[in-house]
Amino acid sequence: MDSLLRGEELCLAQLFLQSGSAYDCISELGELGLVEFRDLNPSVNAFQRKHVNEIKNCEEMERILGYLLREIKKADISLPERDVNPVAPLPKHVMAIMEQLQRLEVELGEVTRNKEKLQKNLLELREYTHMLRITHSFVQRTSEREPLHVQYEEFPFLEKDTVMDYSSMQRLGAKLGFISGLIQRAKIEAFERMLWRVCKGYTILSYAEVDEYLEDPETGEPSKSIVFLISYWGEQIGQKVKKISDCYHCHLYPYPTNNDERNDVVEGLKTRIQDLHTVLHRTEDYLRQVLMKASESVYTWVIQVKKIKAIYYILNLCSLDVTNKCLIAEVWCPVNDIANLRRALEEGSRKSGATVPSFVNRIPTSDTPPSLIRTNKFTSGFQGIVDAYGVGNYREVNPAPFTIITFPFLFAVMFGDLGHGLIMALFAFWMVLYENNRKLKNTRNEIWNTFFEGRYIILMMGLFSIYTGLIYNDCFSKSLNIFGSGWSVKAMFTAEMWKTDDLSGNRFLTLDPNVTGVFKGPYPLGIDPIWNLATNRLTFLNSYKMKMSVIIGIIHMSFGVILSTYNHLHFRKKHNLYLVFLPELLFLLCLFGYLVFMIFYKWLVFSAKDSREAPSILIHFINMFLMQGDGVPPLYPGQTGLQIFLVVIAVLSVPVLLLGKPIYLNWLHNGSQRLGMYRGYERVRRNSEEELYLMRANDMEEGSSHSDLSSSGDHEAEEFDFADEFLHQAIHTIEYCLGCVSNTASYLRLWALSLAHAQLSDVLWAMVMRVGLRMDTRLGVLFLVPVFSLFAVLTVSILLVMEGLSAFLHALRLHWVEFQNKFYSGTGVKFSPFSFSLLPSSFEHDGLL
Amino acid sequence: MAELSFVITMSVVTLFWAIVGGIVPLFIPKGPNRGVIVTMLVLTSVCCYLFWLIAILAQLNPLFGPSLSTDAIWYLRYHWP
Repeated sequence: MDSLLRGEELCLAQLFLQSGSAYDCISELGELGLVEFRDLNPSVNAFQRKHVNEIKNCEEMERILGYLLREIKKADISLPERDVNPVAPLPKHVMAIMEQLQRLEVELGEVTRNKEKLQKNLLELREYTHMLRITHSFVQRTSEREPLHVQYEEFPFLEKDTVMDYSSMQRLGAKLGFISGLIQRAKIEAFERMLWRVCKGYTILSYAEVDEYLEDPETGEPSKSIVFLISYWGEQIGQKVKKISDCYHCHLYPYPTNNDERNDVVEGLKTRIQDLHTVLHRTEDYLRQVLMKASESVYTWVIQVKKIKAIYYILNLCSLDVTNKCLIAEVWCPVNDIANLRRALEEGSRKSGATVPSFVNRIPTSDTPPSLIRTNKFTSGFQGIVDAYGVGNYREVNPAPFTIITFPFLFAVMFGDLGHGLIMALFAFWMVLYENNRKLKNTRNEIWNTFFEGRYIILMMGLFSIYTGLIYNDCFSKSLNIFGSGWSVKAMFTAEMWKTDDLSGNRFLTLDPNVTGVFKGPYPLGIDPIWNLATNRLTFLNSYKMKMSVIIGIIHMSFGVILSTYNHLHFRKKHNLYLVFLPELLFLLCLFGYLVFMIFYKWLVFSAKDSREAPSILIHFINMFLMQGDGVPPLYPGQTGLQIFLVVIAVLSVPVLLLGKPIYLNWLHNGSQRLGMYRGYERVRRNSEEELYLMRANDMEEGSSHSDLSSSGDHEAEEFDFADEFLHQAIHTIEYCLGCVSNTASYLRLWALSLAHAQLSDVLWAMVMRVGLRMDTRLGVLFLVPVFSLFAVLTVSILLVMEGLSAFLHALRLHWVEFQNKFYSGTGVKFSPFSFSLLPSSFEHDGLL
Repeated sequence: MAELSFVITMSVVTLFWAIVGGIVPLFIPKGPNRGVIVTMLVLTSVCCYLFWLIAILAQLNPLFGPSLSTDAIWYLRYHWP
C-alpha cells in the first residue's frame, strides 16, 4: 500500500560491467525490466557513439524484415501465433542472422523480378493473339464484301473498301504497308485525329475493341485495349505513322502477309502461351514456398533484432572507465529491487562465462529520482487518469488510491439512474469476465481500446450509479416504491382540508405537511416516490441537490487539504503544518464549514410549522461577510457573535498564510548563518571546501561523474531567495483563498448534471415509450416493438454514451482541479525501466504484424 | 410512531455502514493489496453513508408538500394506505 500511496523509494546505483559480459548482463536486465539507465555520454553525437555500426546493422536487418513482412502480407500468408519470446542472441550470432536475411532478400528479389518478366511476356503474347484474331476479322469482312462490290474500271480510286491485301496492291505498283497493334481505349480518338491531321488521307485506320480486360503492366490494373490496323502508302508516311504510334504508347506487332503465315503464327503463339502459363505457375509456387518458410521464423527475427538494437543502444549510454576493461552504467533502481539486480548481474556474468563478476554499487545523489508507482490491473486505470494530469513528484502523496472510490462516486452523483447504472455495470462486467480473450485485447480500434483499458473504472462507476439511482429513486425516470410513501393523500380528506368537489374544480392541489397525518415521516431509502408524481418536483429536488453538492464539495476539498499534511510530514517540513496547513484549514472550515453547519441546522430545526419564517441560508451567509445581521431574525441565539468570531479567524489566517512561511524560512537561513559564524562555522566551511577540492581531483582521475553531486550541495546555502519565496507564497495564498469560493461553486455542477440527466430521461420516456404504451391493446403490442427499439437505441446513445462521457469529464475535472490543487503538484517524471516488453515495435505500428 | 420508524431506520443504516467501514477492514487478510482494499472500504462507507444521510435529513422536516394532479389524487386516495 505504501507504494500506491506514495511511490517507491529509488536509489542511484553504479553498475560495473566486465567488457565481455556487458552484453549478457544488459540482456538479463532487459528481460527483467528493473532499472532505468541514465545517459553518461550526453555530449556525444549519436553518430560518434561507440556501437553505432552495430545499430546500423540492426536497422539494415529491420529494413529487410519490413520488406519480408510486406511481401508475406501481399501473398496473404498468415503468420503463426505469436506467443514466443526469444532471448537476444549473442553478438556472434548476429552476423549469422544478418547473412540469412540478406540471402532471403536477394532470393526474393530475383524471383519477383523473374515473375514480372514472365508476366510481361505473357501479356505481349496474348495481345498479339488478340490482334491477329481481330485483324483477321477485318480482312474477312472485306473479303466477304468483295464479290458484291461493283467494280468501276474507270475510277479505281473511288473504291470504298479500305483493306486490300498485298496481291491487289502489287498490281497498282504502290508500296502498301501495314502497321498493326494495340492501343489503350482512352487514347484511340486522339490517335485517329492525329493520324488524319498528319497523314492526310494517305492512311486508313480500322479498329475494334478487345473483349477481355488485359492487365496493364505498368499499373497492374485491368484496362480495355483496342486493336487497330493502319494501312499506309509510301515509305515516309510509314515512318510518320510509326513515330505517332510510339508517341501514344502503342504495342506494335508484325502483321502477317498472308493467311497461311497468319495461321502459323497463331499456332505458335498458342503453344508459347501455354508454356508460359506453366512456367509462371511454377514460379509463383516457388515464391510462395520461400515466403512460407520465411514466415515461420520472421516473428522470432523481429523480436531478436529489436532486442539487439535495444541492448546496443544501452551500451552506447555507458561509459568506459580508465582501464578500458570495464563499462560503467548509472541506473535508477528501486531500493527493494537491489537484490534482484545483483542476481541478474551474476546470472549475466555466468552466462557469458566471465572470470570476474560484474557488480553494483549504490551511490548517494541529490538529484531527484523519477517516480515509480507499482499498480495491478485494477489500480492501473485509476493511476492512469491521475497521471494524465501530471506524474507525481518523487514520493509525494498519490491521489490514486482515493480516486478509486471518489471518482466513481462523483460520477454516480451526476449520473444517478438505477437502470442506466445497471446497464453500464453489466457491460463493464462482461468486459472484465472476458479480459483474457485475445481478440478483445489486441484489436487496433482506438475507441474500443480506450473503453477496454478502463473496464474497471466503468464497473465501479456503474455500481455506484446503481446506489445513487436507488437514493435518487430514479430508474429509467420512474420511481420505486419499496417501503411505502411518507405522504398520505387520504389524510387530507379525513382532515376535511379537501372535499370531493375540490377534485372536479381544480387541476392541481398541494399537500400541506402541517396537517396531521399527511406527512408520516421521511422515506427510509432516498427520495420519496411521491415526488415523481408531483408537478413541483423540481422545486424540492433543486434545493436538495444544490445543498448536497455544496456539502459534498466542501468535504472533498477539506479531505484534499488534510492530505497535504502527509506531504508536510514526510518531507520533514513541520513548519508547513503550522504556517500553511493550519491557516488553510481554518479559512476553509470557518467560512464554508460553517455554511455546511447552517444547512444541516436548517434541515433539522425548521419544519413546516415555521415555514413562513424559514431563513434563506444564502442571505445569512452573505450577511456574515458584510457583518450585518439586523434585517433578518437570527437562526439561533448568539449567531451574530459566533459569525463575527469565525470571520475574524478566517481573515486573520490569510496574512499568516501569506507571510508566515517566507518570514520563517528567511529567519531560519539568516539566523543559522549568523549563528554559524559565531561558532567558527567559517572555518568549518573552509575545511570542507578543501575536502571538496580533493574529492573533485580524485574524481577526475577516476573519470566518474561525482562532481555534480558535490557542487550542488555547495550552492544550497546560497539559494534561499526571500523575494522568490514570498512571491511564490503570495500566489499560493491568492489562489487558495479565491479558489475556495470558486471551487465551492464549481461543485454545483454535481447538481446541474444530475438535473440534466433526470430531465433527459424523463423526456425520453414521455415522448417515446409512453406513446407506445398508450395505444389500444391489439395495435399497441405490434407498435410497441419498434417503439421500444427506438427507446433502447436513444437510451444507449444519448443517456449512456453522451451523458456518461459528460459526467466522466466533469468528475475528472473536479478531481484534477478542485481536489488536487489542494495538495498535489504533479510535476514529476515517470520511471521508465529498460524492458524489452515495453519497447514499441515499428512493425506493429505499421500494421504489418 | 413516525419518530420510532425514523429512529429505527437511522440506527440500522448507520450500523450497516459502520460495520462496512469499521469492522470488515479488520478481517481483510494480509497481502500486498490490504491497504488499498481497506482504503476502498472506508471511503465507500463514508461516501455512501453521507449521501444517504443528506437525502433523509433533507426530507425530515419538509417546508412544503408535493403538488399533485387531481387524477393522481383520485388514484392515490383509494390505492395507497
